[in-house]
Amino acid sequence: MIRVALPTHLRTLAKVDGEVELDVAGAVTQRAVLDALEARYPVLRGAIRDHGTLKRRAFVRFYACERDLSHDSPDDPLPDEVARGAEPFQVIGAIVGG
Amino acid sequence: MSGVRLLVGTRKGAFVLTSDGKRKAWDVAGPHFAGWEIYHLKGSPVDPNRIYASQSSGWFGQQIQRSEDGGRSWAPVDNKFAYDGTPGTHQWYDGTAHPWEFKRVWHLEPSLTDPDTVYAGVEDAALFRTTDGGQTWQEMPGLRGHGSGPNWHPGAGGMCLHTILLHPTDPKRIFIAISAAGAFRTDDGGTTWKPINRGLRSQYIPDPEAEVGHCVHRIALHPSRPDVLFMQKHWDVMRSDDAGDSWHEVSGNLPTDFGFPIDVHAHEPDTIYVVPIKSDSEHYPPDGKLRVYRSRTGGGEWEALTKGLPQEHCFVNVLRDAMSVDTLDACGVYFGTTGGQIYASPDAGDSWTAIARDLPAVLSVEAQTLP
Repeated sequence: MIRVALPTHLRTLAKVDGEVELDVAGAVTQRAVLDALEARYPVLRGAIRDHGTLKRRAFVRFYACERDLSHDSPDDPLPDEVARGAEPFQVIGAIVGG
Repeated sequence: MSGVRLLVGTRKGAFVLTSDGKRKAWDVAGPHFAGWEIYHLKGSPVDPNRIYASQSSGWFGQQIQRSEDGGRSWAPVDNKFAYDGTPGTHQWYDGTAHPWEFKRVWHLEPSLTDPDTVYAGVEDAALFRTTDGGQTWQEMPGLRGHGSGPNWHPGAGGMCLHTILLHPTDPKRIFIAISAAGAFRTDDGGTTWKPINRGLRSQYIPDPEAEVGHCVHRIALHPSRPDVLFMQKHWDVMRSDDAGDSWHEVSGNLPTDFGFPIDVHAHEPDTIYVVPIKSDSEHYPPDGKLRVYRSRTGGGEWEALTKGLPQEHCFVNVLRDAMSVDTLDACGVYFGTTGGQIYASPDAGDSWTAIARDLPAVLSVEAQTLP
């Protein structure tokens, strides 16, 4: 079970409290986790990744295990702690604007 | 008893204000979508409880929300606005070619006859339409395909399609306006478009009388006389008597002819309202006095409406979509400010009351007259 922590606005949009738990088949990558997340909560399509290109939106970051994974390839394996459910995959709204 | 519902979009959420036909006491509900920018909300003319809202965020992009109960509850619909074909380029601020990129929906205009059909004006400027209540959106590509698209360029607020006027009896005629490209009209339901900017004069562009490039801020019409258009341009208040084929200036005795909104009295097609703003570099009223100006002559001659409005130390702005009228008798006029005030006049502008004072900066106000 993969744990995903969403920022407040996306929890409100998806109508969820706390972390989301997802089953991800196969390799646990950013792409696989986000695909599963958007399949469960279609309202999040376009809110984390752009429609079409599926690129991370500019002011969204991905953290896990105290690392910034935002610039990793979406097909890189996520840390083992995330794959085991020991640590959440965190979707962060970046602090911008001063 | 009839009543009025105001749909208010702000920088940090949506608010719904309701009153009975006296329009003295108002109930304020919200914020809906707290923390999100709500550029615009508008109800279907044929089903007023069906309301569409544009919800956006610099972080999390665009959402479109739909209500079936007059704004009490909401459900998201499709948020994918994909340009038709290869998007192409428009001019960037430095004159270079810049790819068309969707940023947000500025304005939603529900069909006059079908609650499932809605037009959406977006940034970067394009016109989209849904015919299934928002479940899917398709670009109407004839507008960007007009040929002048590569020469359009953004204004300070972005290159936005902010005004959509549907002709009340001819469903094939639509007027739109883009900042800073100008006004356009289709007479074939959106397949082809023509610029309607003859008579506009903009000193801030290389050719002041160019076919496109004008920073049109807002257009309004009265449904009984839809070939007469009124325009608040970046500078100048303009009028057309031939559906936009030509324009002439009607700024008259206004203290300044810069501003954003313009609207028409619900029962008097020659009575129009603007809110003069000092200048494009000082986005606040002249002399710190918030004054709505009303013309009863279709422009040219204007009177200041001040009763109930702050006449000192007022430095707010009133944005292009933040004025609306109801259809009661007497006509109610409403506007919102960047300082978070909503002002209402139940007597066609003669007197005003702040019916909300401390909302987030107001982006849009739409009045619905309820049975």
